[in-house]
Amino acid sequence: MNSFFARKFVVQGIFIALIAVLITRLFYIQVISDEYILSAENNVIRRLPIYPARGVILDRYEKILVQNEPVYDLMIIPREVKAFDTLEFCKLIGIDLAGFHKRFKKARTYSPYKASIFEKQLSVQIYGSFQEKLINFPGFFVQNRTVRRYPDSIAAHFLGYIGEVNQKVIEKSKGFYSQGDYHGITGIEKSYEELLRGQRGVQNLMVDALNRPKGNYANGKYDTIAVSGEHMISSLDKELQKFGEQLMQNKIGSIVAIEPSTGEILSFVSSPAYDPNLMVGRKRGNNYMALLNDKYKPMFVRPIQAEYPPGSIFKVVNALVAQQFRLINENTYFFCPGGYRYGRKGFMGCTHVHGSINLKNSITESCNTYYGYAYSRMIDHSGMRSVNAFKRWRKAVSAFGIGTALGIDLPGERNGLLPTDELYTKRFKNDQWGSAYTISLSIGQGELGITPLQMANVMAIVANRGFFYKPHLIKAIGSKKVIKKEYLQKNNAGIDSKYFNVVIDGMSAVVNQPSGTAWYSKIEDIEMCGKTGTVQNPHGQDHSVFVAFAPRDNPKIAIAVIIENAGFGATWSAPIASLMVEKYIKKTISRPQVYVDRLLQANLLPGAIEFSSASKKIKSDNISSTTNTNEKANPVIRTNE
Amino acid sequence: MNNQRSLFFNVDWFVILTYIVLCVIGWFNIHAAVYDPLNPTILDLDTNYGKQLIFIISAIIIGFAILLLDSKFFTTFSPIFYAITIILLILVLLIGRNVGGNQAWIPIGSFRLQPSEFAKFATCLLLARYLSSGTIKVQEIRTQLVAAFIILLPTVLILLQPDAGSALTFSSLILLLYREGLSGYFLVIEGLSILLFVLTVLYNKYIVLAGIIVFAGIIFYYYRKNKKMITVTGFGVLFSILFIFSVDYVYTQILKPHQRNRIDLILGKVDDPRGIGYNLNQSKIAIGSGGIWGKGYLQGTQTKYNFVPEQSTDFIFCTVGEEWGFIGCFFVIGLYLFLLIRIINIAERQRSSFARIYGYGVASILFFHIFINIGMTIGLIPVIGIPLPFLSYGGSSLWSFTILLFILLKFDSNRMGII
Repeated sequence: MNSFFARKFVVQGIFIALIAVLITRLFYIQVISDEYILSAENNVIRRLPIYPARGVILDRYEKILVQNEPVYDLMIIPREVKAFDTLEFCKLIGIDLAGFHKRFKKARTYSPYKASIFEKQLSVQIYGSFQEKLINFPGFFVQNRTVRRYPDSIAAHFLGYIGEVNQKVIEKSKGFYSQGDYHGITGIEKSYEELLRGQRGVQNLMVDALNRPKGNYANGKYDTIAVSGEHMISSLDKELQKFGEQLMQNKIGSIVAIEPSTGEILSFVSSPAYDPNLMVGRKRGNNYMALLNDKYKPMFVRPIQAEYPPGSIFKVVNALVAQQFRLINENTYFFCPGGYRYGRKGFMGCTHVHGSINLKNSITESCNTYYGYAYSRMIDHSGMRSVNAFKRWRKAVSAFGIGTALGIDLPGERNGLLPTDELYTKRFKNDQWGSAYTISLSIGQGELGITPLQMANVMAIVANRGFFYKPHLIKAIGSKKVIKKEYLQKNNAGIDSKYFNVVIDGMSAVVNQPSGTAWYSKIEDIEMCGKTGTVQNPHGQDHSVFVAFAPRDNPKIAIAVIIENAGFGATWSAPIASLMVEKYIKKTISRPQVYVDRLLQANLLPGAIEFSSASKKIKSDNISSTTNTNEKANPVIRTNE
Repeated sequence: MNNQRSLFFNVDWFVILTYIVLCVIGWFNIHAAVYDPLNPTILDLDTNYGKQLIFIISAIIIGFAILLLDSKFFTTFSPIFYAITIILLILVLLIGRNVGGNQAWIPIGSFRLQPSEFAKFATCLLLARYLSSGTIKVQEIRTQLVAAFIILLPTVLILLQPDAGSALTFSSLILLLYREGLSGYFLVIEGLSILLFVLTVLYNKYIVLAGIIVFAGIIFYYYRKNKKMITVTGFGVLFSILFIFSVDYVYTQILKPHQRNRIDLILGKVDDPRGIGYNLNQSKIAIGSGGIWGKGYLQGTQTKYNFVPEQSTDFIFCTVGEEWGFIGCFFVIGLYLFLLIRIINIAERQRSSFARIYGYGVASILFFHIFINIGMTIGLIPVIGIPLPFLSYGGSSLWSFTILLFILLKFDSNRMGII
């Protein structure tokens, strides 16, 4: 024992004090703070999505319209790549050396340890030949995914396409989508996205410090499996659709066919069409740009986005509304001297001098004069101020689904145009205007814009004698065949069924009577009732329109056919409609092949004439031209058929 | 025979038991650290834990061999050990193998010898021999200079490797000198120096200077009648000024960038968990995520999946923290504290001052390693690459700590005998 013995306690004290510091610190980071537990989990757990199969879309007979096909993404882990025959590799997957180095560099920059896509969507053929030699290329592997495949290359506009989500969509989806996911961009793919996409599964993988997978986290306790998307049974008739697209080759326009008793759309043709398979695969970007720059605008969904003044087919609506207002009846005769005089000097020409003509014949022979008088009665002689009478008329017309989008299950449907009284009051600077100012509405011209879908729907109303179901493209969802409630709901057009008889008589005569405008399109054994129309086009040839339903009793199909720049409705649209109707009802065509071939081969494209965005220009130009005529107060509206 | 029996009874079995428990804990944690869940091996001598088993067995053999030697062997040959160590330290600079930037290893066959590890006990032995001889008094300036030389010679040679961590170890011997009579002021000065160092690195040196002058002014005012206090304070201020400027110089000119980074990280001057702070951050995550009870043996995700570099050597404590939690850490640190207190008590019960001084050396060096190593893994102290005694993987360090400890046990077993 020496004199400094007491210093033992100082030394031991220092030991104890400093070790107490260690213990305190440990207590803090291990027991009090939980920040480190989270960090450890973030370090080690990787949540890998498991992609579900997207729902398949079928036609009304449950034949496949879109299915999934496996493709193979070539993946790379740069760090594991060893020297190999680059040239052979490039040849196998069809890229050049420069492309190889570019991709390799990109993958390296992304991460040397993590797998990234080297080349997207190898075809089955390339995959087949590549697979055998994969062993020669360490660091590469193939991951399979599915892409959409359209076996018949039809119905592109109806089906739509899918594409990778962009940043905006990812942010909006609140975590549902992540980089590299696909979602529907147009068509059914978009409107039923939430059902089609299915439920993504998650696999919780553990990785080491170099991001190499090390097995399941907690034995897969927190993993979820992927649930495939619902399959969709569409209302489309695949054969009819295919036939319609063939008939519309080299023509611009639409065919919409509806089953009146359900509102199911049987055919949805937008022409020019494109092969939906173009929107899939490695060349998609180029294809997309080519389609976008095509002067005939194949990406434009004409049945719901093109708006036309309906022309003569609108007489059907006016005939029904005027009857409902009890302003005319089947025995009402007007005298047609070859035109209708209105205002002080106004004159609206007619195709013929019809003389004294009744309601039925006014439809059959499409007498403009008759509807000039009928419209005048509705607006000027209904016992109320013209403005209010117009309001009443407008309300009755809009009940036909005109002027507002019908709410079809596709994105991008347009409202069309049904002018309001405010529009005219503003234009004429007072509300003292009468029928003379808006007379072109009587024959479906002027400030009217109707989509082909709305036209077909009007026919469905006539076929049903007064009501319609919301037109729709998806008949039933999933294996339980769920039908949306809104599609079972009857919409009343506000016209008593008794008023339809005379109109239908007239429409039947259009097709089935030798003097009718569409006699050429008569179908053997089927009484089709139709109405031809010609839509004025200030830019070139008029558009050919035909609407119809068949058979007369217990109708199975209501149809609208519009062919732009094709002239009279009777020449092109009516025979095409009649073939569609026959094909749908009888499944075969009874008419001679020459008849069909003429339609199939006809090239009605406006040729050199620059033709852009069908709807917008037509709409705006019509408004401006009508403005002019009305200001002059003595327009001569061109004859309709 | 009689001699053998007395050896058996006189050896401090508490220390040996603690030592073995720590080695076994180390072995299990090394196993966990190298464990690959996809390729679990039973006992593979090519893996680190397989090798460590050999190291542990050989260390225990070495330990007991030391107990069988005559304790005079160590007292007599302490200058020789020291000389051999110094030669080896010079040799390693000339022919050594450079591993990880440090020229610290001499390859002998398939083994690599790390002379700096053996310098620890050699220095302790010589220091004990010098300070225990005859009329030496630590209070004398000449003694202090000689002691400083004995300590600084290996320190400088190790610094040349450059292995700053091992070199710093020798600073712990100030506790030994303190016990032998070095003025307590040295401890205070050391404490103040660390404080000043931290302040100078953290803040502008002129602000620190201004603070010191203000502080000194207050002391001058209160002790204006006390001449001695004024003198001391005056020297203190002078020392502080010199120290601050030298710290500034050392910090910006002499320290290597990675050393500066480590200091900056601990002091919170930089925050870079992916770059220079990766080790420290992952280490804290490993220990912190252990919670109270730990994740269980072989269940530590940080450990299993190699997030912490150097996990079986310098960062072995991460595995303890992650898999055994606070309870495990508390237990391991408790064992260490028990060992340290016990060693001090053993030192104090020696009749020979040689053995006592040597015992303090053992305690100081072990404590320094334990405190610095654990402090480093939990972010209290800059990353200094020194092993955790008995737990870290590695033959040289385990053997050197074993030799260090067992020489003391040998002295202790002879304490009743005549030196």
